[in-house]
Amino acid sequence: MNALNPVIILLAAFVAVYFESSFSWFRSLFGAQIDLLPPLMVYASLTSGIITVTVLSIIGGLLFDSLSANPLGVSVLPLFLIGYAIHRFHGLLLREQLYAQFAFGAGASLLTPLFTLLVLLSGDTNPLVGWGNVWQFLVIAISGGLLTPVCFVILDRLSRALNYQPVAQVAFRPDREIKRSRGKL
Amino acid sequence: MESPLGEMLKKPQYIALASMALVALIIFNLPAQTMSRWKLAISGVFLPLFGLAGSSQQLLQKTGNTILPRSVLAREAERLRRENEQLKIELKQTSELLRENAQLRQSLVWQKQSPWKLKMARVIARDPANWWRSIQIDSGTNQGARVNLPVLTPDGLVGRISFVGPNRSQVLLLGDPNLRLGALVQDKDVRENGIIMSSASPLDNNMVDLQYFSRNTAIKPGQSVITSGDGGVFPKGILIGQIVDMRNNTAGLSTEARVKVAANLNSLEEVWVMFP
Repeated sequence: MNALNPVIILLAAFVAVYFESSFSWFRSLFGAQIDLLPPLMVYASLTSGIITVTVLSIIGGLLFDSLSANPLGVSVLPLFLIGYAIHRFHGLLLREQLYAQFAFGAGASLLTPLFTLLVLLSGDTNPLVGWGNVWQFLVIAISGGLLTPVCFVILDRLSRALNYQPVAQVAFRPDREIKRSRGKL
Repeated sequence: MESPLGEMLKKPQYIALASMALVALIIFNLPAQTMSRWKLAISGVFLPLFGLAGSSQQLLQKTGNTILPRSVLAREAERLRRENEQLKIELKQTSELLRENAQLRQSLVWQKQSPWKLKMARVIARDPANWWRSIQIDSGTNQGARVNLPVLTPDGLVGRISFVGPNRSQVLLLGDPNLRLGALVQDKDVRENGIIMSSASPLDNNMVDLQYFSRNTAIKPGQSVITSGDGGVFPKGILIGQIVDMRNNTAGLSTEARVKVAANLNSLEEVWVMFP
């Protein structure tokens, strides 16, 4: 990880929320809007530190709620819980494997709106709830699962492109250098 | 020797948990007005992107217009000229009816009705959450918008303004759980009042429930539903949609109907805000 990684992740969260609120063709087609923040959270929790996870959940959640009819801050806690849980076991997880990325993305995309709805229902708000939500959760989970490996590829490339690369090792070794002299040994 | 609390605070995981608890505590205890102001301030970071999207859309439209063949433009101008003439005739008839209505109201000593003004607004964002039905429009207090003003399209009612900022507003769409309004089923031999509630299915954006009809109601599929004017937010007579089907509610005491909204709520680009 390097210093630019958190900045790239936060910028990606900003673009993700803008995309979700501006492009509704996916919602028209499948009856549910995709959520890009959970795949981003999976990426952040598997590649960055807990501070990045916390900042992403606060900023991402607040940005999402600011364009939604959600009470401000409702999305912060579910995002953080998902990120925290993945980060806690990130040493044991097969983060390089595509199927693992799909599974974490799908799970996070399913659990985040579920937790958010639970938080909303436990307050005095009255969201639109019905059997149609089951289909919506399914669409969000599958799309989130598919988008997570894409997220890994794009953000990894972006991170590599915008950061200094470690100097490549060359075959030259100073201790193997032949000392040359003028006839004297 | 350091205290256990000091030890804990050195670990980033505990710092993260503590800061999250603090943020949650602050946010959930904010007064509603402060929360609205914060919401407005935070969503302000998207304004440059919304502006950019709007300008690029206009640029695309202009480019499209310049490359359109002259014959197509001439045909369109001819169509608009005819439509304009037809509307002028209709306007004359309507003005005559309005004058007659005002005279009758005066003779009956009824309150005078003043016509509403309309201002166009562009839809800049949709609610990213799947459990609300709301949009953001580029009309705010600077443009005269305020909470509870009705929003419509030429096809019918869209919703009402629920939250206003200086240059944009949030509009609750028909079918949102926080938007309920009095409706009237008006036909040759039927005149029944009901209440438009949120839809039973979160999937279909263009369907809402109309409830609280008597059990032996005479409403039928295909009949038009308009605003009843009860409640004072929406003026009477704005088209909401058409009845699709009916059923008795679970207790069997009343009838409810599903209404297909006349305005297409899935593809809103421009809407009209109604000013009194």
